[in-house]
Amino acid sequence: MTDSFDLSVVDWSKAQFALTAMYHWIFVPLTLGLGFIIAFMETLYVKTGDEEWKRITKFWMTLFGINFAIGVATGIILEFEFGTNWSNYSWFVGDIFGAPLAIEGIMAFFMETTFIAVMFFGWNKVSKKFHLLSTWLVAIGANLSALWILVANAWMQYPAGMHFNPDSARNEMLNFWDVLFSPVAINKFLHTISSGFLLASAFVVGISAWYLLKNRHTLLAKRSIIIASVFGLLSSIFVGLTGDGSAYQVSQKQPMKLAAMEGLYQGKEGVGLVIIGAPNPSKTYNDDKDAYLFKIEVPKMLSILGYHDKDAFVPGIKDIIEGGYTYKNKDGQEVVAPSAAQKIEKGKLAIQALADYKTASDSGNKEMMAYHKKILDENFEYFGYGYIKDVTSLIPKVPLVFYSFRIMVGVGLLFIVFFALVLYLVVEKDIAQKRWLLRASILMIPMAYIASQAGWIVAEVGRQPWVIQDILPTVAAVSRIGVGAVQVTFFLFFAIFTTLLIAELKIMFKQIKNGPKEGGH
Amino acid sequence: MKNNIFYKVFHFYYDGFKNMTIGKTLWLIIIIKLFIMFFILKIFFFPNILKKNFKTDEERSNHVIEQLTNKK
Repeated sequence: MTDSFDLSVVDWSKAQFALTAMYHWIFVPLTLGLGFIIAFMETLYVKTGDEEWKRITKFWMTLFGINFAIGVATGIILEFEFGTNWSNYSWFVGDIFGAPLAIEGIMAFFMETTFIAVMFFGWNKVSKKFHLLSTWLVAIGANLSALWILVANAWMQYPAGMHFNPDSARNEMLNFWDVLFSPVAINKFLHTISSGFLLASAFVVGISAWYLLKNRHTLLAKRSIIIASVFGLLSSIFVGLTGDGSAYQVSQKQPMKLAAMEGLYQGKEGVGLVIIGAPNPSKTYNDDKDAYLFKIEVPKMLSILGYHDKDAFVPGIKDIIEGGYTYKNKDGQEVVAPSAAQKIEKGKLAIQALADYKTASDSGNKEMMAYHKKILDENFEYFGYGYIKDVTSLIPKVPLVFYSFRIMVGVGLLFIVFFALVLYLVVEKDIAQKRWLLRASILMIPMAYIASQAGWIVAEVGRQPWVIQDILPTVAAVSRIGVGAVQVTFFLFFAIFTTLLIAELKIMFKQIKNGPKEGGH
Repeated sequence: MKNNIFYKVFHFYYDGFKNMTIGKTLWLIIIIKLFIMFFILKIFFFPNILKKNFKTDEERSNHVIEQLTNKK
């Protein structure tokens, strides 16, 4: 299939998906976190009856509304792309992807038409407690909505709870709970939403810091900083813990991604974690060049983080390509890792078995159907390898993944210190006098967005060439359409999303400049 | 009439929209955005290839199997 296929369609389709997903992700994390911050503020209003808390709640609620309105439905474009650019993939994933997305759609619809309306229109029309309940339900609903998307994404990283039906060419769900509660899904959900909490906290602290610098709305600013710095500190610690859980899952389920994150070509026991370094861009997996131009590492830390054992063997890119090391498989058994070449052979067997099964099915030969299905089932876990022509295509872009990982982790750790410092100064000292910190707080807003995007680059670029890990590579998932159509829509999306982003920033800046006031949203 | 639940819900939304300030701009953006997405992008640029080209699920399955196995 790939011999005669225009690979630029794959590249443009990947670029388009990355563009839309990254733009979409500019809007989502703020919604996830700001919803809870507003709910905390309104809870304080209901508990104390202090009208200033109501004013604070309404101000941040307006910014929440702007972000929500501009961002809402931008994710639907991704679903358009599935149907047009990734039709093989859409069909192949079957109800595994359909079920979570359908739940997400229904939940989002009900949340958006009822509780958000109460949240914005219901002041003085419903009881304080019902309004507060609606605000909490909006925050919880937005995060549950993210759950289903992240479950679907986690399944692509670690396909679980399904079997492949060769009659329909679709994966069918065997156990919904295995899909929902796969260890990758749980970690991904918790890590992603807590990173949204962190980002929203940075947003609130940064804007409040601007007010303090301008000596405007100081009570609102200080109270907002207290709420956001507590939430941000707890969230940033939680992001670190769940990030550790995610790294553990990656080391077990996606060793190539871990190797790319670390720029690790040659595996060994007791591998250190590179804190600062530069991967050698001319390095290939099977030459003798140094993997790094320079590096500073913490000894044995990667083995500890990845396998909870300081002397554990961590396979490098070369090991994963050549195989021969031992690892624990899905059933927890110690097995020898097959080489990429062996996996490719098994993948080809699986693809041929699917073709032969289809021929047998068309001729009604049940005996041969059973025979070929057995071969397909035995080799299905390597189905996608059958499309791989060159083993080097199994290696993700190491420098991009390596640097993105360090940006994400570095900025994440910086946020723990930042929120702790801000909290200390706002509670114990006069933070308004620390003008350097107030200026730094504004800069931390884009830093949070950069770290958040870097996290997705690690997750998605790090798992290339797979759309479904080991089972379907991008080259087999993409539709056979003209590259020109994808190029046109790429630039069309770029223009639309950029316009939306400019609109968001303009309206948001204007609202921030105007500051809080009573009245409608 | 005014005690009717539907009347109350209608007025809840009606008053809410009527009293919006910045919300009116946002709703305009939402409407324009949804129009572009569903009536321009979806219709002219993003057909569902399998739904458009094949009538039944069996035909779609056969097509995808053919794509995946390159039988022709």
